Amino acid sequence: MPDQAPTNSKQAALLVRNLNFYYGDFKGLKNINMDIARNKVTAFIGPSGCGKSTLLRTFNRMYDLYPGQRAEGEIMFNGKNLLDRKQDVNLVRAKIGMVFQKPTPFPMTIYENIAFGVRLYERLSKSAMDDRVEWALKKAALWEEVKSKLQQSGLSLSGGQQQRLCIARAVAVKPEVVLLDEPTSALDPISTAKIEELIYELKNEYTIAIVTHNMQQAARISDFTAFMYLGELIEMGDTDQLFLKPRNKQTEDYITGRFG
Amino acid sequence: MMMSIYTRRVWANRVGMAMSMVAMSLGLIGLMWILWTLFSKGFAALSPDLFIQDTPAPGSEGGGLRNAIVGSGLILLFSMLIATPVGIFAGIYLAEYGRISRFASFTRFMTDIMLSAPSIVIGLFIYAIFVARTGGFSGWAGSLALALIAIPVVVRTTENMLKLVPTSLREAAFAVGAPRWQVSLKVTLRAVKSGVVTGVLLAMARITGETAPLLFTALNNQFFSANMSEPMGNLPVVIYQFALSPYDNWVSLAWGGALLIALLVLAVNIGVRVAFRQKGKR
Ligand SMILES: Nc1ncnc2c1ncn2[C@@H]1O[C@H](COP(=O)(O)OP(=O)(O)OP(=O)(O)O)[C@@H](O)[C@H]1O
Ligand SMILES: [Mg+2]
Repeated sequence: MPDQAPTNSKQAALLVRNLNFYYGDFKGLKNINMDIARNKVTAFIGPSGCGKSTLLRTFNRMYDLYPGQRAEGEIMFNGKNLLDRKQDVNLVRAKIGMVFQKPTPFPMTIYENIAFGVRLYERLSKSAMDDRVEWALKKAALWEEVKSKLQQSGLSLSGGQQQRLCIARAVAVKPEVVLLDEPTSALDPISTAKIEELIYELKNEYTIAIVTHNMQQAARISDFTAFMYLGELIEMGDTDQLFLKPRNKQTEDYITGRFG
Repeated sequence: MMMSIYTRRVWANRVGMAMSMVAMSLGLIGLMWILWTLFSKGFAALSPDLFIQDTPAPGSEGGGLRNAIVGSGLILLFSMLIATPVGIFAGIYLAEYGRISRFASFTRFMTDIMLSAPSIVIGLFIYAIFVARTGGFSGWAGSLALALIAIPVVVRTTENMLKLVPTSLREAAFAVGAPRWQVSLKVTLRAVKSGVVTGVLLAMARITGETAPLLFTALNNQFFSANMSEPMGNLPVVIYQFALSPYDNWVSLAWGGALLIALLVLAVNIGVRVAFRQKGKR
C-alpha cells in the first residue's frame, strides 16, 4: 500500500497509513501512505498550498491546538498510533521536535531558550545542564558564536543565529524525529549553507523530515523525497531517482519547472 | 472656476485649523489652570510636618498627613497585591485557555461591566458584603474595594497584550512539549511583560485617587494606625473632609494631599513610559 515500499517498521521511524486531514470541511490531506525512514533525511516538495506543512503538523499533533482541525488514520511511532486520543501530546512533541519557517526564539536568555525544553522532562544538575546547553549549541554550530553571551536575550541574535538556536533547542531535548518546515527560507545563503550542513550531520542521530521550496536544497541534503500535490502524495522515492527519473508525469513537470 | 474651488478649500482649511486651535487652547487653559492652582496651593502646604504629624483635631493648629499617607500606602499596596495576580491569571485564562468557551465570554462580559461600574457602587457592594458582616470599617475592606476596581483593568490589558503574541511563538513553545500552563506563564506572558506591567501601573493610577469606595470601607482614622483590621486614614477621604471644612489649616492640608496624589499618578505614568521604552530598545 505505501507508495514507496522501501522499509519495514525497523527502518521506519514513522509509518503513515490512510491519513486524512480536515480543516473543518476542507480536506487538506487525502489518504496519505508513506514511511519516513529512520536516521535519514526525507524532503517534502510541492507547489504552495499542497499540504506539506499540514502533513508535518500532523506528525507532532500541532493541529490539536485548533478546534475544527482533525486527522484520521494512523501514524505509527514506536509501535503506537500517535493520532490516538489517549496519546500524551506533550510527550509526542518532546519526541518529535519541530523548527519553523520563521525563527521563534523564546523571550529569554540564550541559555534559557535551550534549558526550557530540557527542564520539562529531565531533572539535571546545574553542571549537567550547562553541559547539555553546550552540547546542543555545538550540534547546531552556534557555540563558538554565543559561548561568551549565553545570558543575553535570544532575541538579540541575527536571523540565521536565531534559527540555529531554534534547532539547538529542538535537539537539546533529544528527540527521535526533527521536523523542519522551510527552515532556511528566511535566511541568507551563508546561514542556509550552515543549516544544510547541520542537517546533514544531524541525520546520524535523528530522523529528519524537511519541507522545502528549494529543489536544489532537497537534492543536496535529502535521502528520500516526497512530491505532493493538492493534498495527495504523488510520488515518493529515493531522492536521486526522483529527480533524475521521476516515474510520474506531474512530478517531472514540477521538478523541471514546467508546472501548471 | 477651478480657482474658486481651490480658494474655498484653502479657506475651509483655515477655518478648520482655527477651530481646532481654539478647542485645543480651551482644553489646555483648563488643564493649566487646574495644575497651576494645585501646584501653587499644594506646594504652599508642603512642609516636613506634612509627613511627620498626623491629621489635626478640629480647631487645633498645624498638623500633617502622616496617618493618611501611610494608610493610603497600605491600602494601595494590599489592593494591588490582590488585583495583580487575580487580574493577570484571569487575563491568561481568557487569552490562552478560554478563547471561545461560554465561561470566558461571560467573564469578559462581567469585566466590561466592572470596568464601567461607578466606583461608589463597588464601595457600597463591599460595604454590604464585607463591612456590614465583619462588623466594621477597615483597611482590608478599603483594599478589597480598590482591588475590585483595579482587577478588570489588569484583566483587560493582560488579555489584550497576550492576544498580540504571534501564533508562531506559542506554537514553538508547544513544539518542545511544554504543557499549556508553562507555555502561558513562561513564554507568552514573558513576551508581553512590559505591556502587562503597564496595565498594572495604570490600574494603580486609576485607584490612587478613588474616594467614594473608601468612604464606605476604610472610612477614616484621625490617628496613626497600621492595623488593616481597623478604620484607616487615607488621602482621598481626608481631602474630601478637609477641603470643605472651615479651618484654614485643614484646607491647606487638603491641597497638600491633592498634590501628593497628583505627583504619585505622575510618577506612575512616567514609570509606564519607561517600561514601554525599554521594550522598544530590546
Ligand atoms: N488553518 C487553516 N484553515 C483552513 N485551511 C487551511 C489552514 N491552513 C492551511 N489550510 C489549507 O490547507 C492547504 C494546505 O496548506 P499547507 O499550509 O499545508 O500548504 P503548504 O504545502 O505548506 O504550502 P506552502 O508551501 O505555501 O507553505 C491549503 O489549501 C491551505 O489553504
Ligand atoms: Mg507550508
